[in-house]
Amino acid sequence: MTTQPVLNPSDGLPGKPGTRRGNGAFWRDGWTYGALAIAGLAALPILAVIFIAFTPGDDIWSHLATTVLPGYIITTLQLMAGVGAGTLLIGVSAAWLITMCRFPGRRLFEWAMLLPMAMPAYVIAYVYTDILEFAGPVQEMLRDTFGWNNRRDYWFPEIRSTGGAMAMLTLVLYPYVYLLARAAFLEQSVGVLEASRSLGRGPWRSFFTVALPLARPGIVIGVSFALMETLNDFGTVDFFAVNTFTQGIFDVWMNMNNIAGAAQLASVLLLFVAVLVLSERYARRRQRFHHTTSKYQPLPAYHLGGVRGGLATAFCAVTVLLGFGLPTIVLLAYARQYFDPVLAREILGHAVNSVQLAALAGFLAMVVAIILAYSVRIKGGRLLTAISRMAAFGYAVPGAVLAVGVMVVLGQFDNRLDGFMRDSFGISTGLLFSGTIAAVTFGYLVRFLALSLGTVEAGLGKITPSMDGAARSLGRGALGTMYRIHLPLMRGSVLTAVLLVFVDCMKELPMTIILRPFNFQTLATFVHQYASDEQLGEAALAALSIVMVGILPVILLSLVIAKSRPGEDL
Amino acid sequence: MQGLHIHGIHHAYGDTDVLNNVSLTVPAGELVCLLGPSGCGKTTLLRIAAGLEKLQAGSISIDESVVAEPGLELPPEDRKIGFMFQDYALFPHLTIRDNVSFGLFRQSKQAARDRAMEMLEQVGLTRHADDYPHMLSGGQQQRVALARALAPAPRLVLLDEPFSGLDSNMRARIRQETLTMLKQTNVATLMVTHDPREAMFMSDRIKVMGANGQVLQSGRPVDIYYKPVDEYVARLFGPVNMIEGPVAGGRLETSFGPVDSEDIPDGQIMRVLIRLEGLSLHYHSGAPTDVPVDVLTAHLLGDSSIVHIRMREGPNKGVEYRARVHGSFDPTAHGQVWARVDPRCIFQYPNPEDGR
Repeated sequence: MTTQPVLNPSDGLPGKPGTRRGNGAFWRDGWTYGALAIAGLAALPILAVIFIAFTPGDDIWSHLATTVLPGYIITTLQLMAGVGAGTLLIGVSAAWLITMCRFPGRRLFEWAMLLPMAMPAYVIAYVYTDILEFAGPVQEMLRDTFGWNNRRDYWFPEIRSTGGAMAMLTLVLYPYVYLLARAAFLEQSVGVLEASRSLGRGPWRSFFTVALPLARPGIVIGVSFALMETLNDFGTVDFFAVNTFTQGIFDVWMNMNNIAGAAQLASVLLLFVAVLVLSERYARRRQRFHHTTSKYQPLPAYHLGGVRGGLATAFCAVTVLLGFGLPTIVLLAYARQYFDPVLAREILGHAVNSVQLAALAGFLAMVVAIILAYSVRIKGGRLLTAISRMAAFGYAVPGAVLAVGVMVVLGQFDNRLDGFMRDSFGISTGLLFSGTIAAVTFGYLVRFLALSLGTVEAGLGKITPSMDGAARSLGRGALGTMYRIHLPLMRGSVLTAVLLVFVDCMKELPMTIILRPFNFQTLATFVHQYASDEQLGEAALAALSIVMVGILPVILLSLVIAKSRPGEDL
Repeated sequence: MQGLHIHGIHHAYGDTDVLNNVSLTVPAGELVCLLGPSGCGKTTLLRIAAGLEKLQAGSISIDESVVAEPGLELPPEDRKIGFMFQDYALFPHLTIRDNVSFGLFRQSKQAARDRAMEMLEQVGLTRHADDYPHMLSGGQQQRVALARALAPAPRLVLLDEPFSGLDSNMRARIRQETLTMLKQTNVATLMVTHDPREAMFMSDRIKVMGANGQVLQSGRPVDIYYKPVDEYVARLFGPVNMIEGPVAGGRLETSFGPVDSEDIPDGQIMRVLIRLEGLSLHYHSGAPTDVPVDVLTAHLLGDSSIVHIRMREGPNKGVEYRARVHGSFDPTAHGQVWARVDPRCIFQYPNPEDGR
């Protein structure tokens, strides 16, 4: 690409006398500037974290390095290893069983395996702690049955531990691996598997030597997502007192009130993220070459009967039950048992907060995503593509890190503005944005923009470019074309984009805790606060509401899955 | 002069030139065809003219006002053009009437509606005004696209392979209808096609483009067909018979008599091409240059037949050629057959492998 300029070299020059400059010219440049501004805003919090971390000041690097840092690193790596292995095992097994085998309940599990996605890790952590702790029903039953009296009489795994956190996170994060592995298996040409069988390899060896290596890019992407969510998790590790980075950032920030220290921890955490993002990108690049054929053929089915079929059913059933069924039942029971009109009214207030905030963020993310995706479409070029990628980078960054960045950026801005207004007009604006809804919304936008951008891009991609050409040549400008052609044609994608961001904002915890206004509760912060105080009963109704909202995208995904299998037998 | 002027367009994607110093003029009321293989940049030229692709070098003016040159780029919506896309690009969420009136938003609602119905009447689709595009056949969709492009009375119409999506019977009909409508509106039209017959049928003038984005020849269809500048252009219109030989004494001997090669030095190897339809077969020798041939096979194509013939005598005895003749040809019906060459269908070019 040597001669294709990204920007018209003449942009901004006045038109020649006697010729009319297009009145669309400003807008067409406006798209580029708009995209740049958005990407800049989105990158600001992350850049701020790195900047603060490397600003020489009261240097606590050495202090951190000798005290807590090694512990954070080891614990975080342990957690990542555990969750990585767990999600890999469950996700890939489930995907293989469901795409390639036939056993009782397969059609049901095809979408039911996704249900745990609706369950925030912190909610399931509260529920299992409640069930499995010393005073919980399970241990009580064991003691009654066997006549044990105290802890010394028997051994029971401690749920509030690194291992417990691994289990909780694995149970709700394996669907990422399941989804992507399943898609990868579905894409595979039947031919290569049949070739492997015809060359004398049995189903197991064919799986390990052909199917699995071919699906590896998809699986790597799935595991990367699961691990990004692991790094993002705050509720679970906080509750279990597992000292991961996210937990450490909160500790240094909230308890020690040390911004620089939090930023320094956050930037180390960003290294972990960078590794994940790079491995995901690398896997995506390889995915293209691993595409064996586009020819569709119904997949062959290994019919599992008798014991093997029963085992397959049991495996799927237990996974869904542990990740979704049981916690839901417990929450339902608690919600009934502890129902109280006064509390319910209070929760309703928090729910309104949650819904308003999430709807605002979902709507804004959709608007921003449309601006970004549409400028890439009409202006093209590598610069804009890179800009939109950069704007979407926040999805990989843990909420705690982003929250620190947002605090730093808005704090700076507020102070500067306040100083400027005082010097110029003698008015103090105080902290205009810090600790406001705007701050939370900004954080949500940075973190979840990728969701709406991906959805809107996919929707736009389905509209052939000649539609644009037709509308433009018929006299409509870029905006008019978007309004009259693209928006009506991708209404579904636009709604999906809003919904996805909405749901994730409803579940979001770490950023909300740090950035929210004083005394402002959402459903998530309320659940966190009560459950942390061992008052799960009171929090159950709110937790249940979050789960119910979380089911929406699961339904959406299952509809997509249902549509994506024309021609498949059964 | 009214119409489209394109001057000195260069265009490249990366290091690949797709348009190389292309200039052309389409006066109002005329239809000019860009004819060339796929990937030769002809669609790119159309898109640059429309403003859908950024101009890199050169200039474009419509009705004497510049719409694109270095430093100026009028967006497509300000160029007052009609563009018809290969896939028609009908808006699936709008009715046929709303599709046609899409470009009429500067008029009053009633005026736009009347104009849309007028256009639909011209293409015979008033019945379908309230239907949606997917309910129409390919030919009907093509007519809607044409009506939509012409409704705002553009200064220039650009057609990108407008008939490629239609089956051959429908294509002939729609071609005629489209041509009639364009001629009635007296608008300048630039059309892109890879089908030489389509280009011949539709155009007042043809620009033949080569694979490297250069204009190889331009002229009236009759010039392109009967006076192709090189072997590539000659072969565009179908298979040919080829004879190679050295020039001797200012002429080149072929099976069908000498070809005049006055300006070419003796000994130069020349390549002579004869269109299949340039050989006619007769049952009686009517001219001294007629040569007797044996008929080997005949394949009926419907309106014509391809006949394989073999030289019966002379220095080239036994050499085989092909001829295209009208209607069917029964090789066993009569005894002696003579071949006669149409001097307008015989061309000679330097042999490309001959280094001199």
